[in-house]
Amino acid sequence: MSIVVVEDVRKRFGANEVLKGVSLDVDRGQVVALLGRSGSGKSTLLRCLNGLEVIDGGRIEIAGHAMDYHPGKLRELRMDVGMVFQSFNLFPHLSVAENIMLAPGIVKGSTKRDNRALAEKVLDRIGLLDKIDAYPDSLSGGQQQRVAIARSMAMQPKVMLFDEVTSALDPELTEEVLAVIEDLATDGMTMLLVTHEMGFARRVANTVVFMHEGKVWESGDAAALFQGARTPELRQFLGSTLK
Amino acid sequence: MIRPFGVDEILFLLQSAGWTLVLTLAASLLGGALGLAIALARVADNPVARELARGYIAVLQGVPVLMVLFLSYYGLSHAGIELPPIVAASLSLSIYASAYLGDIWRGAIQSVPRQQWEASASLALSRAQQYRYVILPQSVKIALPPTVGFLVQLVKNTSIVSIVSVVELTRAGQLVNNVTFQPFKVFVTVALIYFAICYPLSRVSRRLEGSFSVHRSG
Repeated sequence: MSIVVVEDVRKRFGANEVLKGVSLDVDRGQVVALLGRSGSGKSTLLRCLNGLEVIDGGRIEIAGHAMDYHPGKLRELRMDVGMVFQSFNLFPHLSVAENIMLAPGIVKGSTKRDNRALAEKVLDRIGLLDKIDAYPDSLSGGQQQRVAIARSMAMQPKVMLFDEVTSALDPELTEEVLAVIEDLATDGMTMLLVTHEMGFARRVANTVVFMHEGKVWESGDAAALFQGARTPELRQFLGSTLK
Repeated sequence: MIRPFGVDEILFLLQSAGWTLVLTLAASLLGGALGLAIALARVADNPVARELARGYIAVLQGVPVLMVLFLSYYGLSHAGIELPPIVAASLSLSIYASAYLGDIWRGAIQSVPRQQWEASASLALSRAQQYRYVILPQSVKIALPPTVGFLVQLVKNTSIVSIVSVVELTRAGQLVNNVTFQPFKVFVTVALIYFAICYPLSRVSRRLEGSFSVHRSG
């Protein structure tokens, strides 16, 4: 059963049409790698999925919510859809625990004690329990990104969106973040990832969506696509990124 | 009769300095509340609110506070609304402060990166919750030094209300001088009292600039 349905979605910034009728179906538990050159619209598509960008046409349904930009409706949708960003975006004035506990506390109204237990649980899972009372600026980029993932996990979303989450990291810090995502994938989390890590996409994703010029150019089973791309554009893209 | 500049005169100056503090406090509190509303309107989604706030700030920053004072004292009384001088003075200073504080705080709010809005929105926070828990706490740290700096200016600018016969520190200095004819002693004393109020504030402001950064260390 589809948990994400994207139908003929269009998005333009001024005169520049970034999404030119994108359609996509994602099943529960699927891990989808969104690939494509910069400017192909993949990050915009991801941002449309949780309403950070308002679409100009088409239809989006995600985690049982039809896209509706009414603030209250949008909040309901976002309670079920987590997002992790390239630049981590932790709240610098809050400790790691407070970063994680903030949204469950005020949005879901959980008690402080439950929240602390929740923070401990998600931090233990990503291997950063010892940093629970640290502040973001004392953490490495990789650790900050792991905390950002934990913060999103704490809302217990049904779908998680990852927007180039390792692009701002040094190569030696990338692995620790990918390991956390892989762990989530193994656990059955539905995920859509915009990524440039081809090795990782190959290892973790079961579906690949290749975007080109604002359209889904080619998509399908990850293993099959990496073996033999049908379109010359994807072949060329894979050729230039998989050395 | 010429009186000496003695203990009584100094006590009178100190007492009047109390009114200077009252005016400063009233303008800070009322002006602060109004200023926050102006700042929030200035960054609101609603373009009408944004433009109104922009116009409010532009007009009040481009007009001497003295004109605001004349309008709220003489102007209103001409229209049949008699405000006691201290009320007219407090209101005028509050309006003046609200425009400057509103502009300082608008800048502080806007200096919080857009990504903080996106991250908190993605966690299903409402607009009010975003302000309350994410944006304003970070803005406060940015805004604190210029805010305290402005309050120092405000203390000194309260002197202009002497013109509508509110006996605050400057007016008291004039009155004492009129009966003692000791301008040097009197106004040096007045200046020292202003300094004693403002200098600690300036020091606090400088301390805040040094010790506050947006990124708090644990």
